[in-house]
Amino acid sequence: MSEQPGKVDAKLGANVFKLDQEPHIVIDTETCRTVCTRRVCLQVCPADLYETNDQGDMTVNWEGCLECGTCLICCDEKALRWEYPRGGFGVQYRMS
Amino acid sequence: MEKVECIVVGGGLAGLVAAYGLAREGVEVMVLERGNYAGAKNVTGGRLYMRPLRRIYPELWDDMPFERPVARELITMLGDGAATTVELASERLSGPSPQSYTIQRAKLDQWLADKATAAGAMVVTDMKADELLRDGERVIGVRAGGDEVGAEVTIIAEGVLGLLSGGAGLREQPRAADHAVGFKEIIELPPGVIEDRWRLNEGEGAAQLFMGDVTRGMTGGGFLYTNRASIALGVVVSMEQMRTRSDELESWELLDAFKEAAQIKPLVRGGELAEYSAHAVFEGGIDKLPRSYGAGYLLAGEAAGFALNALVTVRGMDLAIASGWAAARAALAARAAGDSSAAALAVYERFLRETFVMRAMEAGRGVPRAIENRRLFSEYPGAVARLLEGFFAVDDESSATLVRTSLRGARREFLKIDTLKDLWSLRKV
Repeated sequence: MSEQPGKVDAKLGANVFKLDQEPHIVIDTETCRTVCTRRVCLQVCPADLYETNDQGDMTVNWEGCLECGTCLICCDEKALRWEYPRGGFGVQYRMS
Repeated sequence: MEKVECIVVGGGLAGLVAAYGLAREGVEVMVLERGNYAGAKNVTGGRLYMRPLRRIYPELWDDMPFERPVARELITMLGDGAATTVELASERLSGPSPQSYTIQRAKLDQWLADKATAAGAMVVTDMKADELLRDGERVIGVRAGGDEVGAEVTIIAEGVLGLLSGGAGLREQPRAADHAVGFKEIIELPPGVIEDRWRLNEGEGAAQLFMGDVTRGMTGGGFLYTNRASIALGVVVSMEQMRTRSDELESWELLDAFKEAAQIKPLVRGGELAEYSAHAVFEGGIDKLPRSYGAGYLLAGEAAGFALNALVTVRGMDLAIASGWAAARAALAARAAGDSSAAALAVYERFLRETFVMRAMEAGRGVPRAIENRRLFSEYPGAVARLLEGFFAVDDESSATLVRTSLRGARREFLKIDTLKDLWSLRKV
């Protein structure tokens, strides 16, 4: 978790997101718990979406995803089922 | 199964130029774009180099929506609490035929989608291609939104992650060692403020690249492009170096620290954040390119690895456009021959070589190795500043002449074996 929670949230708040019901990123938390030692997802995500919950499991706030795929590329353990959101959903960039 | 002559996966620059090139020759072509509009998922640093494009559909570019022609180029080295900037303002940068424009993808891509539509292409938005349909080795179409659509040729311009083509085994899955991640803020500022801050004539723009402290010694840098009424301020950093750090630094913190740096703060003062975006960037170079064609399909744009970071010039969009053009020509040749086998579509490679795409990738062959060198991003920016500080220093015991000061400084900072080796490796950049 970041030192200053909410700092990236404020940035994400400037974006237009079309939210789907279903997450487009699903974490295999079992793999994270039993195999992964580094948890690089916590560090690499530019939107700071990954967190460890009270039970020590990885969670992802997929609603704010910028769809860059950095977590997918960087995850050594292939613990992410990562797809683009369904057509019409997810971030809709206007000025980037 | 419904069938069209060509399917294009992805309404970005590569896909839309391909669709335009096919539609204007009367080919039935359908573009599948998963965003609400073309450009909705697309992120650029900020600039499109124009000169390479003049020979690609020359009629196309006259009314292209741009933000500003770049009339001022700046490279700033940040290190040791100092900033050293090299600046070029030249009539030959802008003038009647500007070398580059700052652009925004939502505008540029929608404009290009309109061109493709006007030429006869069908651009379907809100539609994600979920899977490539195969018949043995051959790609025979896509599954999208629960429907299957067949095509003689499928042009896969799906972007850098290559989820469809990678999933089908047509290319490798992306590796952290070959990629950087870029993320940027769009910060709104009044046009007059932008022109004052970067000393621009009305309507002109600036591009500023930053090396050094921005990435804490990691390969990468900062960038700043001036749009008409906003600036794009961002950071690009090596994924591999980011994810193997021993500390707990998070990528996004690099941009926040960059924005707060004493040398950058006055540039963004008073600006309002309007958007935050991120994008993976392929930096593997020509040696890591996937095979760009096969039976029934072509890869174009970033999906084919066409991106080039040569430190002071960062290219992707011009290569995407040229590869889209080459893909259209290859699909047309296959259509004329009535043959879309891998052997027939191999002509794509020849068309790519005829454009500047492969020449540019070839010229950049040594770049991935050269920019792995962390001294470029850690030691040198500070060393340059210390050398210049010697020029400007006045103290009570200084009796050295300018020439002696600079010689002594240069010897101390730069006359080392490593530096000479680094200079040699950079000749390729």
